[in-house]
Amino acid sequence: MSLQQFMNEAISPWMKQEGPDSDIVLSSRIRLARNFSQHPFPIIASEETLNKVLEFFQQEFQKKSFRDYKDFELVQMKDLQPIEKRVLVEKHLISPHLAEKAEKSASLISQNEQVSIMINEEDHIRIQLYFPGFQLDQALEQASQLDDWLEEKVDYAFDEKRGYLTACPTNVGTGMRASVMMHLPALSMTNQINRMTPAINQLGLVVRGIYGEGSEALGNIFQISNQITLGKSEEDIVEDLHSVVKQLIEQERKAREALMTRSSVQLEDRIFRSYGVLTNSRIIESKEAAKCLSDLRLGIDLGFIDHIPRTILNELMVLTQPGFLQQYAKTPLSPDERDVRRASLIRERLQLENEE
Amino acid sequence: MECQKCHQRPATVHLTQVINGQKSEVHVCEKCAKENGYMNYGEENFTLNDLLSGLFHSEGPSPLKGQSAHSYTKKPKLKCPNCGLSYEEFARIGKFGCADCYKTFDERLNPILRRVHSGNTRHDGKIPKREGGNLHLKKEMEEYKTNLRQLIEQEEFEEAAKVRDKIRSLESQLHHREDGDE
Repeated sequence: MSLQQFMNEAISPWMKQEGPDSDIVLSSRIRLARNFSQHPFPIIASEETLNKVLEFFQQEFQKKSFRDYKDFELVQMKDLQPIEKRVLVEKHLISPHLAEKAEKSASLISQNEQVSIMINEEDHIRIQLYFPGFQLDQALEQASQLDDWLEEKVDYAFDEKRGYLTACPTNVGTGMRASVMMHLPALSMTNQINRMTPAINQLGLVVRGIYGEGSEALGNIFQISNQITLGKSEEDIVEDLHSVVKQLIEQERKAREALMTRSSVQLEDRIFRSYGVLTNSRIIESKEAAKCLSDLRLGIDLGFIDHIPRTILNELMVLTQPGFLQQYAKTPLSPDERDVRRASLIRERLQLENEE
Repeated sequence: MECQKCHQRPATVHLTQVINGQKSEVHVCEKCAKENGYMNYGEENFTLNDLLSGLFHSEGPSPLKGQSAHSYTKKPKLKCPNCGLSYEEFARIGKFGCADCYKTFDERLNPILRRVHSGNTRHDGKIPKREGGNLHLKKEMEEYKTNLRQLIEQEEFEEAAKVRDKIRSLESQLHHREDGDE
């Protein structure tokens, strides 16, 4: 299979679009946790119960469509190879938790891969909806409508006082986790993000690196999401998140401008060095790849590089993860082999842009 | 094909290993693949649950002064009648077993929820259409009433009249349902 073909299949259609403020915000996501009122939660439910839940979704929602979200496909974990699961995790269509649990869980995925409904994860139902760029309000509205659509068939576990009941007390109430993925290279370079984090935490929001471990944010990609799900309405939570993200966008733009006026040549040098590494290296670790891709993306945003689309960062961050590399190679790979494959995939991908 | 390691489960992981130029094939089940390090999903070492269950245990006031240790008899063991999860298990795993657990452990939940949700213990968001029943109508009516006040303040009486009619129709629906319930 050619790289072009592989990418077409690998990258979710919604990821190829640019949304509002997409120079900084890569995507917006709403996740809703829901449960059946009559069944014990997956953590202690019997196999029989889990099967019932699965069969219910198979019967009621397989191949159904809701508005733009067409032909929901129930992907059962028991039918997947480990690498296939890993690929779904890397596409954020299932959680690592769902991939590990195997057997009795599934994900109901819309054709455009904007919606995935995980079945028998920690909760019976986890609705996930992605939008490109900064579109939290739209994401909430659509997620809520999807939620209503499911509720026509599902008796939700709901309590007047506690709201939507979830397996974990950290999700009870709205059951909602709203999050925004942001590329913040200038705020990271100048170390400002670390100073802003405590203030953001005080508002009940969390900042964390989305790729990479611990506090390190691979590729300068950060996820901002709400921590609290109880005592605030969905709209208020989203509004709080919205206003913080807006400020972060402004700060990032200011920091970029400052870098451009104060150290334009240094910045240009850094960007083109990274571009050089990406187009020439034969072995590249994910950490270095992420750093260089972040620089390249900044270079595109600042106009130093104009023949490559912005979506290259999201695209290659996804494609160069271990699962995808192995799927593309059609064989399991050792970490060293992956570094070689990663380098060649990136070179090939960038070559495609030069040809066009 | 059965798993080469445990000889029990079917082999679902197929690997080709090359060690010192020697090629060998491995066919194992997912469990054995994990245990032997063929697969690595990035295990979480310290989860939120560990933190949470710590919180649950510290919960509950210490015996009051003046009370002898003997008079502080253990509370009867709380156990969810629906799913059978005991409070101790809940505290250990940090997860509820079913919707009824929330009722069973209700009196012990507020301190936990307050810690996790910045002092909040009550839901103030969406109400499901069917399960929510009358709650939904009540909430909708509250929203219309706020809207009505705003419209009157802004002297948009035509709009206000429409909203008033909506409130009336909701009121009649609500009464109708409540009568039906009784």
